[in-house]
Amino acid sequence: MKARAAVFASIRRSLGVHGDEAPRRFEVETRLEAAPAGVVPKRGQGDIPARLATFKAEAERAQASLAEVAGWADAPAEIARFLRENNCPATLRMGADPRLTGMPWSETALEILHGASDGRDVNAVSAAFAGIAETGTLALVSGADNPTTLNFLPDNHVVVLPREAILPDYESAFAKLRATYGKGGAPRTLNLITGPSRSADIEQTLLLGAHGPRRLHIVIVGEG
Amino acid sequence: MNEAGTSAHFKENVHEALTDARLQGALGFSRNFVGRRAAAVARLPEFEALRDSARAIKDHTLAHLDLYLEAYERKVRESGGEVHYAQDAEEAREIVIGLCKAMGAKSVTKGKSMIAEEIGLNHALEAAGIEPVETDLGEYIIQLRGETPSHIIAPAIHLTAKDVEQEFRRAHRDLPADRSLAEPEQLLSEARQVLRAKFLAADVGVTGANFLIAETGTSIIVTNEGNGDLTQILPQAHIVIASIEKVVPTLEDAAQLMRVLARSATGQDASVYTTLSTGPRRPGDPDGPRAYHVVILDNGRSAMLGGEFEDMLRCIRCGACMNHCPVYQAVGGHAYGWVYPGPMGAVLTPSLIGVAEGGQLPNASTFCGRCEQVCPVRIPLPNMMRHWREREFERRLSPAPLRYGLGFWAFFASRPALYRLATDVTARAMRLAGRNKGRFSWLPFAGGWTRYRDLAAPEGATFQSQWRAKSGAVR
Amino acid sequence: MNATAASAGPTRTSQPRVGLFVTCLVDIIRPSVGFAAVKLLEDAGCKVIVPSQTCCGQPAYNSGDRATAKALARQAIEAFEDCDYVVVPSGSCGGMLIKHYPDLFAGEPDLAERAERFARKSHELVSFLVDVLGVRKVAARYEGTVAYHDSCAGLRELGVKAQPRQLLAGVEGLTLVELDEAETCCGFGGLFATKYGELSNAIVSKKAGDIRAARADTVLAGDLGCLLNMAGKLGRDGSAVKARHVAEILAGMADGPAIGESKEPRQ
Repeated sequence: MKARAAVFASIRRSLGVHGDEAPRRFEVETRLEAAPAGVVPKRGQGDIPARLATFKAEAERAQASLAEVAGWADAPAEIARFLRENNCPATLRMGADPRLTGMPWSETALEILHGASDGRDVNAVSAAFAGIAETGTLALVSGADNPTTLNFLPDNHVVVLPREAILPDYESAFAKLRATYGKGGAPRTLNLITGPSRSADIEQTLLLGAHGPRRLHIVIVGEG
Repeated sequence: MNEAGTSAHFKENVHEALTDARLQGALGFSRNFVGRRAAAVARLPEFEALRDSARAIKDHTLAHLDLYLEAYERKVRESGGEVHYAQDAEEAREIVIGLCKAMGAKSVTKGKSMIAEEIGLNHALEAAGIEPVETDLGEYIIQLRGETPSHIIAPAIHLTAKDVEQEFRRAHRDLPADRSLAEPEQLLSEARQVLRAKFLAADVGVTGANFLIAETGTSIIVTNEGNGDLTQILPQAHIVIASIEKVVPTLEDAAQLMRVLARSATGQDASVYTTLSTGPRRPGDPDGPRAYHVVILDNGRSAMLGGEFEDMLRCIRCGACMNHCPVYQAVGGHAYGWVYPGPMGAVLTPSLIGVAEGGQLPNASTFCGRCEQVCPVRIPLPNMMRHWREREFERRLSPAPLRYGLGFWAFFASRPALYRLATDVTARAMRLAGRNKGRFSWLPFAGGWTRYRDLAAPEGATFQSQWRAKSGAVR
Repeated sequence: MNATAASAGPTRTSQPRVGLFVTCLVDIIRPSVGFAAVKLLEDAGCKVIVPSQTCCGQPAYNSGDRATAKALARQAIEAFEDCDYVVVPSGSCGGMLIKHYPDLFAGEPDLAERAERFARKSHELVSFLVDVLGVRKVAARYEGTVAYHDSCAGLRELGVKAQPRQLLAGVEGLTLVELDEAETCCGFGGLFATKYGELSNAIVSKKAGDIRAARADTVLAGDLGCLLNMAGKLGRDGSAVKARHVAEILAGMADGPAIGESKEPRQ
């Protein structure tokens, strides 16, 4: 393509290179292969209890709400409580994630819907790929298990996060991504979510629920 | 060359901005960013080290930009996406509109993109009979008003809630006229409702990219609203428009930059939504775009590589420089006359629209240095502005009175004995002219000063003449 | 008993030869600042010399006239050749000598080295007193409420922030108040103030407002450019706030008219 050739030619001309120089290629290949980590803040580090404490504090700072339950089987009751207390309708959409579909929803009065959202859902639940302690961030990946639309269209988003999936920092989350999708691989969408949707575009007044969910509720699930 | 705005009329723009009482009131809001950034930085001991790391990553990438772009392109194709290159704004517009037309698109939702502003995409889409809908709340508001963004992060920062209410009433005709819009929450709710319908109806979603990751062929967008996400996952196609210097090598490198971006921009430790998108939807995905296109724009940037202004390509568009700039705080973003305001705009604009059109901007600085002090990637912004002034001086573009004045000064300053004599004579004369008032309220050639301020009169004989008289000798 | 001599730092067997780089603005408009600087330096045990000098070249440098800037820089470097130190009562000119002279000659074999050596021995006045000579207290008195404006170059290029406050804290009778946005530019910027007068006025108006809000009767800074700008605005506004160079207060030489102060009452 003409434009492509022109752009590359211009870049190479400015840098004073041909593009086939071996040392440069080696540097680039090395960096892409090794992917060295840079400065990693101490903030999220530590053992699971420490990470959990940091994660909770940071997530709360970002206006997420949190709850801890002993095990997966206890999550539906907590989620039902959350929806009830916030006067939300008793419906809940989820994807095909067996960890979610396998929970005892019949113990609640919630109407469960499956699949991606078309915009008419008020509430949805996803299971997180990981949590990142340093900023109280949830990592969610696209796919049938946890459709991406569930993260953005509903008013209320509940995310179930296994306690042991709380990682210290972004680097650990990326390492887990590589382990799942292969080196150089990635899901279609990786969402790093920190708190509910917000805008400050009107007189710099902070308001929640701009286009995405107004509420983000994180249910941290232990192994029990 | 890009279509210039009104940067050459900066002084007139300044006058308009300073006499606009509504704007002056609204500009107070932008000062919040200063305290918030300071608080975020104070909370993170590693912040300075992260700045150094971010700078190094950018420098390394720019030095190998051709190779990283090739690697990036390969990975995008592997994931099922397509990459297009545009040398300039016109080519970029043609590509985007071509893709939209091929898909029979009638409406396009847009995430906030300064590159899309730079190439004038919205006008081009409208001319092609395609409806562009800005979805970032600030961008939506100014789209209704027919304005351009006045800040690269907070595009509607120059407006008050009243302005927004007025606009919504004018534009959202099918909503009940007696509804209350007195509170910002009500304005937000209305925008959410109106734009939700647009999100769901859009055929194509166009976003920018904060970063492009070569290792995985990924584009990253960073928002607080989630509008960029709804823009890219709902329509049948996602088009990313990004300039060449957005590439970073690896996921780890992106993490370094992400850590300084939100903190520098709004004082948040992380923006609400940092989204990494790679290609179209995968087999088995129940949602996501079916087509993924990346349009990579040059538009004058490749010419900056290897030159005096290369460091400007490190910019990650955080907006910290303009938040801390006394000039921006006084007049807001529209006064700069084109797409990019504040210190980064003052350095970048002449590179993109030429020094004849854009040269006022790097001159309108006191070199206070706060921009460089807060830049997450340590761009020496005042130095770059000085380089522009050097270019203008060499090309004799500086105004004649200034060049003559400087030449006059230089003549005396390079002749110490003559200088001492001339300054002594002048100082004594001005002392007499000032009489007992001790100050001047008007002086020839100093109208820019004395229209607004007094100027203290000299005390009398100069320091050097008094010193010589006292000690009898000057070495 | 000379309090400054008593609290001076490392003892020297010989007096340091300090070349005073007086700056054009001080030289031409307010020599009393220069004499205050001399007093402070002599009280601290220095031998002060004043080589024949002109301009540091900053106006040319900031206007893009590199050639003139280099010529004036070379001239300055030569004039102060045999001083142990070069001391300047200005953060702006100081920044030029210390940070920008080496930039001007970077890559030029002989001159780069000379510029580096010159930069290493150059200091802004108050930071020289505190950081190099170890002065902890001056024997001065000043009855007044004082706000200190941090001039941009001194602050950001040279790290001058704590030192003037440290010495002002020891001045008898002086109350120090902090300005809201003390570190924000006053809008002087050299030729900027005249070239972009309306814009500069907007910025200095904010600064004048902050000074009034702090209820200070005196505003000090280490840069005469900033002071002329702030005094000029305050005066035009009819304010009674006095502006002086910090050296005048520290040297106990604040009896004469303040900057722009008239001997006759305002009409």
